[in-house]
Amino acid sequence: MKHLLDTQGLGYDDALAILDTAEEMTAVSSREVKKLPTLRGRTVVNLFYEDSTRTRISFEAAAKRLSADVMNFSAKGSSVSKGESLKDTVQTLDAMGADAIVIRHSASGAAAQLAASDWSEAAVVNAGDGTHEHPTQALLDALTLRRGWSSAHSSSPRGTDLSGMKVLIVGDIVHSRVARSNVWLLRTLGAEVHLAAPATLLPYGVESWPVTVHYSLDEALSAAPDAVMMLRVQAERMGGVFFPTAAEYTRRWGLTDERLVVVERLQLGDTEAPALILHPGPMNRGVEISSAAADSPQAKILDQVAHGVAVRMAVLHLLLSQRQHDGNHDE
Amino acid sequence: MTHSPETATVMTAADIDRALTRIAHEIVEAQRGTDKLILCGIPRRGVPLAQRLGAKLANIDASFDPATSLGSLDVTMYRDDLRTSGARTPEPTQLPTTGIDGSTVVLVDDVLYSGRTIRAALDALSDYGRPQAVRLAVLVDRGHRELPIRADHVGKNIPTSRNERVGVRLADIDGLAADAEQVVIIR
Amino acid sequence: MTDYLIRGANILGDAPADVLLRDGRIHSMGSETAQSRDGVPLATIDASGLIALPGMVDLHVHLREPGREDAETVETGSRAAAKGGFTAVHAMANSSPVADTAGVVEQVHRLGLESGWTEVYPVGAVTKGLGGKVLAELGAMAESSARVRMFSDDGHCVNNAQLMRRAMEYVKTIDGFVAQHAQDADLTGWDTEYAAQMNEGKVSATLGLPGWPAVAEEAIIARDVLLADYVGSRVHICHVSTKGSVEIIRWAKQRGIQVTAEVTPHHLMLTDDLVKSYNPVYKVNPPLRTEADTQALREALAEGIIDVIGTDHAPHPDQAKECEWNQAAMGMTGLETALPVVQHAMIETGLITWQRFAEITSVRPSEIYGHDHQGRPLAEGEPANIILVDPAAKTTVRPEGHATKGRNSPFRGIELPGQVRHTFLGGHQVVLDGELTTSRTMGNTA
Repeated sequence: MKHLLDTQGLGYDDALAILDTAEEMTAVSSREVKKLPTLRGRTVVNLFYEDSTRTRISFEAAAKRLSADVMNFSAKGSSVSKGESLKDTVQTLDAMGADAIVIRHSASGAAAQLAASDWSEAAVVNAGDGTHEHPTQALLDALTLRRGWSSAHSSSPRGTDLSGMKVLIVGDIVHSRVARSNVWLLRTLGAEVHLAAPATLLPYGVESWPVTVHYSLDEALSAAPDAVMMLRVQAERMGGVFFPTAAEYTRRWGLTDERLVVVERLQLGDTEAPALILHPGPMNRGVEISSAAADSPQAKILDQVAHGVAVRMAVLHLLLSQRQHDGNHDE
Repeated sequence: MTHSPETATVMTAADIDRALTRIAHEIVEAQRGTDKLILCGIPRRGVPLAQRLGAKLANIDASFDPATSLGSLDVTMYRDDLRTSGARTPEPTQLPTTGIDGSTVVLVDDVLYSGRTIRAALDALSDYGRPQAVRLAVLVDRGHRELPIRADHVGKNIPTSRNERVGVRLADIDGLAADAEQVVIIR
Repeated sequence: MTDYLIRGANILGDAPADVLLRDGRIHSMGSETAQSRDGVPLATIDASGLIALPGMVDLHVHLREPGREDAETVETGSRAAAKGGFTAVHAMANSSPVADTAGVVEQVHRLGLESGWTEVYPVGAVTKGLGGKVLAELGAMAESSARVRMFSDDGHCVNNAQLMRRAMEYVKTIDGFVAQHAQDADLTGWDTEYAAQMNEGKVSATLGLPGWPAVAEEAIIARDVLLADYVGSRVHICHVSTKGSVEIIRWAKQRGIQVTAEVTPHHLMLTDDLVKSYNPVYKVNPPLRTEADTQALREALAEGIIDVIGTDHAPHPDQAKECEWNQAAMGMTGLETALPVVQHAMIETGLITWQRFAEITSVRPSEIYGHDHQGRPLAEGEPANIILVDPAAKTTVRPEGHATKGRNSPFRGIELPGQVRHTFLGGHQVVLDGELTTSRTMGNTA
């Protein structure tokens, strides 16, 4: 694995290696010394064309915990007319000795283009590209799901996949890079994936995806998912275009207090443990998720954040530990 | 396929067991008991070896409790050769919940070669606390040290050439019958 | 002017014959003997194994001049046309300033005459500034020295139905026709943050690129053929790209509606699977579609539902393609790869003969425009717009070797059959053995 661009092309073994490594990295965060020397002397650049403080500091924490040097490059306003081209920026970063470039961009495919170009030798990590993919988010979701599942089953998560799990993703699928990355990764890991959304927020061509589609959230919940992942919906902007009003969206597709009662009765597999509620954040409380649901003990939203750092440490470790520079072998 | 490599058995299952018994006695003797003693296996094969040593120590000294005095210490993230040898998935690190401060930690590994693994283990250990002393026990010392590191307890010294590999095959890791365990030299 | 004796060319891919070109016309055909006239040099070309075809006529190119001379000029685009075997091209109106006045079309026409590698006919804009709001000076452009007959807002659709109706009515009075770029602006989210980026379907769903529904093209074609029928005008559909469009045009033709249709070489060969690379060289308007569409377009072209090949040659500077997909310019070069691609997609598949090739690349486009000296039969007395093609040649596409300024060929690195070896423009040899010689205006100085 040279780059992490998407989960559609991420193999089962690589996905498990990332999760197993991340599993060990979660322990580092609870140590007194939260730092590993692994990437000492190596440089990770966060190249962010979109504001996303959450994702950037998560990658920054991950790189720093592995002792890498971190440079943050924030390029607001991504259009060619407004500033320097992606090519010129990346060549500049390459000249500064970037070993990895973590790129966040509003254009779908920006990370893949960067990886395919000869602009830089750096490993490329996609931190979210347009409405395409956000692979580390899906990996941290998978880590959260796997830990929840194995904890309910009193087994070790290491080396296991998500076989037997049924995961329901709810909301704006068509514009969601999180949803896309989750669909492919969860399927690769053996989970059964359900989607619930109004037809306007499902991609044309979704019938070719390996998922079960529901237009009704209530119907989807009656299929007894082990985890419910609520996606952020920008109701003010979308209301009247993709659905009539925010209120109608919440009524039909929101995890309301009434639906929380249903979710509270759902269990993880055959165990007594309750089903999990996930949200990639930032949440719109009262729109796609009620405050009670967000704060419920079933909600793993803060675990997701913590797992984000561990997953990104794992990804940086696996990508950068593999790379050889200038053929200078130690032996 | 190329021709299968030549292997020679240098330790049998019985040899391994005898060596561990002897090391257990040496440890008790050197530490004058087992007080504040922690056995810390280095994954992967150091971990089952540390467990066996722990059981033997408990036989020798009933005050030694393997449940609270055994650990594993993964050194993957501390290695200095990741860039050339490729990324590995780290194994779990589990240390006694009481911590390692002030204790005597005996690192346990299967083969001592360049010394780089032990260098990494010493770095890792220092991130978890400050032991009063650190010792090293290995099943096999094959020579060719690249760092000023030596073992306190050695099951067997096996002179090798750099072209050879030493294979330690253990029941728990390699899925063998207990009496099929062995140490081999692969040429 | 030199006389040319072409020896043993397979006429339209059939039996070999000798062809003598003299004074810009085909002087005689059959079995010739070299007869040098006093004071006129005679060049003999061994054309055994080569196919003689009428010079190709492209109803759809972008020459970028005036305004974007960094992307292409009339001169460089004309050179590319000559190398590609085109003896006439029609330059779309989206220059800067837009070709919506007599002044601009006369300028482009004059630049074409001055360069002299091919005939250049400017296409006039339908609406002022391609803005889709008010009609451009259609009459003035028709009466200008460029004698514009074809009007198109290409790159933009005439989205307003009332305006389209009026344009179709008005051009009747000047013996012109409208060429529509069929793309419903609303269905493709034009000028919104979700502007369509590629064909809408399985691939767009996973790539997260806003989709360009087939129905956005088909709905406009359906509307326009009904309008053409209603007002008794004719309409030409640019770059048809979907299977559904073919069905609507078939229906319209069966009803006797005056509709003609064009397809690009790239839509006959490439599909949206290529977009998975996110390489903007595959970004084009209309977008690359699916295998089923490609197949339907090939069959429609063979059957005559689609009338002509139009390259939609759209050169861009490197920086317009070396950027994020959603910021990249749309379009591909096409003049110098058109014949190889059509040979690959249509002839080597057995769908058409070279005879039919001549119809779709020369005869029909000339009829649609109304040319009297292009797309003519290869016969005595006809204008000597002729190309000689080596169908057995195999060439790997190398955009760096192209005459166009654009390097944005989607066929880079692909081996294709067929090569234009010689191009004669009105009896003047502009391409010899695949290389440019002299333009008509350079005369016989070389």
